[in-house]
Amino acid sequence: MLRLENVSWSTPNGIKILDGLSLEIPDNRLTVITGPNGGGKTTLAKIIAGIEMPASGKIYLDDRDITDLDVTQRANLGVSFAFQQPVRFKGITVRRLLELAYGKKMPESMVCDVLSRVGLCARDYSEREVNATLSGGEIKRIEIASVLSRHSKLSIFDEPEAGIDLWSFTNLIKAFEQIRENLKGTLIIISHQERILRIADTIVVISNGKVSQMGAPEELEDSLFGGRNAVAPCRKQEALLNG
Amino acid sequence: MDNITKMLLEQISDFNGEYKGAYNIRVDGTCAGRQSSENIIIENKTDAPGLVIKIRPGTVGESVSIPACVTHGDIDDLVYNDFFVGENSDITIVAGCGVHTETGEPARHNGIHRFILGKGSKVKYVEKHIGTGSGDGIRSIDPVTEIIMDEDSVMEMETSQIGGVDDSNRLTSAVLQKGAKLFVRERLLTENRQKAKTDFKIEMNGEGSGADVISRSVAKGDSYQSYHSVIIGNAPCTGHTECDAIISENGIVDAAPELCARNEDAALIHEAAIGKIAGEQILKLRTLGMTEEEAQQTIIEGFLS
Repeated sequence: MLRLENVSWSTPNGIKILDGLSLEIPDNRLTVITGPNGGGKTTLAKIIAGIEMPASGKIYLDDRDITDLDVTQRANLGVSFAFQQPVRFKGITVRRLLELAYGKKMPESMVCDVLSRVGLCARDYSEREVNATLSGGEIKRIEIASVLSRHSKLSIFDEPEAGIDLWSFTNLIKAFEQIRENLKGTLIIISHQERILRIADTIVVISNGKVSQMGAPEELEDSLFGGRNAVAPCRKQEALLNG
Repeated sequence: MDNITKMLLEQISDFNGEYKGAYNIRVDGTCAGRQSSENIIIENKTDAPGLVIKIRPGTVGESVSIPACVTHGDIDDLVYNDFFVGENSDITIVAGCGVHTETGEPARHNGIHRFILGKGSKVKYVEKHIGTGSGDGIRSIDPVTEIIMDEDSVMEMETSQIGGVDDSNRLTSAVLQKGAKLFVRERLLTENRQKAKTDFKIEMNGEGSGADVISRSVAKGDSYQSYHSVIIGNAPCTGHTECDAIISENGIVDAAPELCARNEDAALIHEAAIGKIAGEQILKLRTLGMTEEEAQQTIIEGFLS
């Protein structure tokens, strides 16, 4: 289990983003963290991965205090992180990136399997470089595949839907629905998308640097999907998803 | 053959006790082995040290290796090798160079290679340069490559110098006739106080000719690199150069790609980027469990692959 106790974090110029946040994330479940922009979602994800260090508070993974462990140490304990804006590498192929994530060489069938989980064909992609020739949707899916290749205990996806075109978005949602069906380990997704919120075991709403609501999708139905806070669904998006 | 020569040959070419196809091994300025084939004739040059290599028209799928080694200090080797590639042939030429010194004395190899490509011929040219051994003796390699390309010929040149060479000064020039295509891939790593200078001059004189020059380099430690390319379009043609460099510690890179369009239908592009390894790249690899040093190494290896 991942446990955060009283975690606070401020920007270098003193703006408080997380304000004594406490949260427990159960094992082998899908937890989706949502909430208004600027509420601290991405900061929370980065704090869990060790990319940002909290100003105060504690983080425990399976009752082990990991607060002072850096990114590499947490990665080696089984924490994975999919970046909102994936980085590109000149000269590193998709296959090489997946193998770096996996920790050793991958048989062809495994490369094929992990890429097909994000809707890409290994034949078209495994020898391509992870460089600027990949579109926003492609690089995003490869980023997710790199995290899936690690088979980690805890995987965090920071706004997988951000910055991609509608067509890729539709496929991405489907990919996450499939990942959900074959859930291994603990998944945390930072997202605004109703379609992703609906497949969660638990939804955590973060606002003003704290947990403001938490519960199963049906428990938060009114406040998230029906009430004032609801994100109006995009008709084009819905048509693509349901079509 | 001594162990140093074997070690150098293995690193600069596909040597594993022998060569397939035609070859000439040059060690410390003398010939240490030669084999011509039916279609590839290797002879001594009569007016200067070096070789004349003639490839018969229509030779397809054969290779010729002409590695050169300098195995100790106090040697300054100069060699002129001329390749005459017959029409419509399709061959691979491997011409690596290794310099080794342990005595504190300098070791230098200066190879001047001329390629005359016949109509419709295709050459893959692979050239690896290394410097090995201990001590302060300067290891220098100064290659000159001149490429004359007749109509519809194709040359792919892969050149790499990954460490160990203290001083290098590379000059590559090419003249392209109608429909000729030149592809150059350069990989360069300098460290410590090494210096590497690269100059390309490519003239496209024929309609439909094309050149693509891509250089990737890494300058570490206190090393210095300078890159200069001139692409001249005298006819309807396409030219592209890309110079990408990673700098770390006190490494210095000067890059100056130059384009000269002398015809309305010459389409020329250059790209140049110099910078240190992006922090996000290191961070991504750390989230996969690597240390910062491992991440840097992985990024550099990929970049130079």
